[in-house]
Amino acid sequence: MDNLGIVFGLLGAALATFLAGTGSAIGVGKAGVAASGVLAEDPSKFGKVLIFQLLPATQGIYGLLVAFLILSKIGVLGGDPNISVVKGLLYLAASLPIAFAGLFSAIHQGNCSVAGIGTISKKPDQFGKAILLPAMVETYAILALLISMLAVFNIPGLNL
Amino acid sequence: MAVVKMQQINICALRTKRKSIMEALQRRGVVEISPLEYDGGVFVKEETSQHRSLFMKNSASAARAYEIMCRYFPEKTSMLDMFKGRQPISADEYYKAVEKTKEIMRDASEVIALDKSLSDKKADIAKYEYQIEALVPWKNLDISMRFKGTDSTAAFIGTLPEELSYEQVLMLLAQQQPQLCPFELEIISSTREMTCIFAVCRAEYRDMLEDALKKIGYATPAVVSKYPPSQRIEQLNGRITNLNNEIVKTEEEIKKYEAQRDSFKFMEDYFIMRADKYEELEKLVNTKHTFFLKGYVSEKSAIQLKRYLAETFDAVVELSDIPNDREIPILLSNNKLAQPVESVLETYSMPKRFEFDPTGIMAFFYYIFFGMMFSDAGYGLVMSIACGIALLKFKNMEEGLKKSVKMFFFCGISTTFWGIMYGSFFGDAVTVIGKTFFNADWKFPALWFDPIQGTNSMTLLMFCFLFGIIHIFVGLGISGYMSIKNGRPLDAVYDVLSWYLLVGGGILALLSMDMLKSMTGFTLPPIFLTIGGICAAIGAVIIILFSGRGSKPVKRLLKGIYGVYGVTSYLSDILSYSRLLALGLATGVIAQVFNQIGSMAGGGVIGAILFTIVFLIGHTLNIGINALGAYVHTNRLQFVEFFGKFYEGGGEKFAPFKINTKHYNIKEDIKNG
Repeated sequence: MDNLGIVFGLLGAALATFLAGTGSAIGVGKAGVAASGVLAEDPSKFGKVLIFQLLPATQGIYGLLVAFLILSKIGVLGGDPNISVVKGLLYLAASLPIAFAGLFSAIHQGNCSVAGIGTISKKPDQFGKAILLPAMVETYAILALLISMLAVFNIPGLNL
Repeated sequence: MAVVKMQQINICALRTKRKSIMEALQRRGVVEISPLEYDGGVFVKEETSQHRSLFMKNSASAARAYEIMCRYFPEKTSMLDMFKGRQPISADEYYKAVEKTKEIMRDASEVIALDKSLSDKKADIAKYEYQIEALVPWKNLDISMRFKGTDSTAAFIGTLPEELSYEQVLMLLAQQQPQLCPFELEIISSTREMTCIFAVCRAEYRDMLEDALKKIGYATPAVVSKYPPSQRIEQLNGRITNLNNEIVKTEEEIKKYEAQRDSFKFMEDYFIMRADKYEELEKLVNTKHTFFLKGYVSEKSAIQLKRYLAETFDAVVELSDIPNDREIPILLSNNKLAQPVESVLETYSMPKRFEFDPTGIMAFFYYIFFGMMFSDAGYGLVMSIACGIALLKFKNMEEGLKKSVKMFFFCGISTTFWGIMYGSFFGDAVTVIGKTFFNADWKFPALWFDPIQGTNSMTLLMFCFLFGIIHIFVGLGISGYMSIKNGRPLDAVYDVLSWYLLVGGGILALLSMDMLKSMTGFTLPPIFLTIGGICAAIGAVIIILFSGRGSKPVKRLLKGIYGVYGVTSYLSDILSYSRLLALGLATGVIAQVFNQIGSMAGGGVIGAILFTIVFLIGHTLNIGINALGAYVHTNRLQFVEFFGKFYEGGGEKFAPFKINTKHYNIKEDIKNG
């Protein structure tokens, strides 16, 4: 049971990828459905609706990012896999902000993107404004990413 | 860096010159025509909607003809066409083409008619093919399908549902009607969907047999002819062959108009232009021999336009300044570096007439913030080079697109700069390549520091907040400048200086406390705590006393106290700049992830191939996602955090009467300029 540290660490990496990724998948999926509807009417809007569809995709990438950082710190990708249980749990805790903020913000950003796609299907010239509203939701994913990343960066330096 | 000064232009000229003056104005595209008030009496306004709809119809048919021609003679298109812009043609070429209008439009309607007959023929073929398909099961029937029997017999030709054999049909009939009249049954063909039968009985039993048959699902076929089916199929096949020959002929005929393809394209534009012109004509007032036009023109082009119109058309042109209390259409003028960002401002809102045009200051922060978020020298170079090539190669690029491409060119330069500061070139590609393939310890050194290493990220976070504070304070400063300029210097003290004192003092005080030492790594001497505290207190007092000014005393005080609560919004605004760090780190770390995945197969040829593939795909993806992120979040910082402090907007964009075509751009001759 001495190796539980790496188990918790890996659990954290898995949570970050899986929850944030799930959120992005839901968000991108919703936006994609709406985007296809617009394309059926006007294929020339492809570039614009694609951007809207991609907006909720970032949370999944943030999750991947944190997961990757954790993997490299706990030694799964080579290096020393002997980390203490406390540090393992710390990594698990560090993954939680991006996991949950990613999950929920991506879903709601997806909803917002759907509405934005509706806006530009009627008023293509309002692209700049329409794209800003879903971006507001992303702020909280970025804040979560920041905390997760700062935590992961600084955990190895702790004397535990 | 300013809103361009506009002048009112009044033109009065002979009605005979109206057409050429309007065309000249349209080609120059510097005047926004505004509707003149209708005075009655000798003045008449022209109703042009009929003409306009006729022009739009013509434009649509030219477009249709062009589309048809493109089916046979497609134009070469590529992904890069969006950069190409409209093809420029000179005024001479324009007039030459216009002379042939009648001829071209006749050809266009000819092409459309030919195309219509083509589709009719294709529809006929489809119809015949359907009929043949329906007749095929009846091929073995050697009499007409309309045959109903002779004088003494009754015949039934029709289908039964499902696949049935002779015996099964007899059995079904027996079940329905045990005492059925004598009859003769023949199965013509049988498929899974239906069975085609021919039945005959004596005339007097007609109703009885029909009844029985209907009970087991008998139906008469939809397609019948007076000829036996096999003969009919041959006839139909013959017709199809004929039609196919005719189609080839018609297509040949359409192809004869190949040379007209571009003329059709031109006509589409030409009629749009005329429709636009007639729309503007409604804004003029006319007398029997003269007309009057009122509009806005920028001061810069006014004099030249006046001289041109007076000399060429003997028009009377009057320029006048616009009274300060009237709104004018807004045109911005900025230096080369700031001008591309105008389109970002435009997506938010145009400034009002006497409002400060923030483009220049915004551009400065825009490029810096974009670079910090995208933060990779490799990506920056890719972006700048791609935009640079596009700018050099496509000279006719549309104005709006050109602005965006230029903006990303400058953003790319800033990105490269920050990439060098952070030591990021396609992430850590240099180190990874060195280690994997050459066993060497290469490094792309950071000029400032690598934010991923150790506690550097905390230091950078502090700098991000610092940039944020500067950005917000500049915004506040503009607000103060506007107050002073508008003759209300006290407002600047109440609304701007107070916040400078409160927020600035608060930050000073915070920095001199031990609390933040672990984050910043330094503390200011205690004296700053006192100074900061005093400043903040003065600021807070000013806000409490004056932010509710204009209300009654009690309410005023309450409003003032609520005003101080606004400090939380400053706090969240400043924290919002942490995205500069977060997105910057995201770019770098994702790039590293891809490099690491690429190097997993180790050195050697296979490793090199894998690395190249992962490198190309991965970094393309990363550029796409992070450029989008950087763009969107730079906009956000400008719109929410920066504009929130001072910008009102709501101006109407200058929309000059100009050529709004799809394909061609008609250039005014240089000799006229």
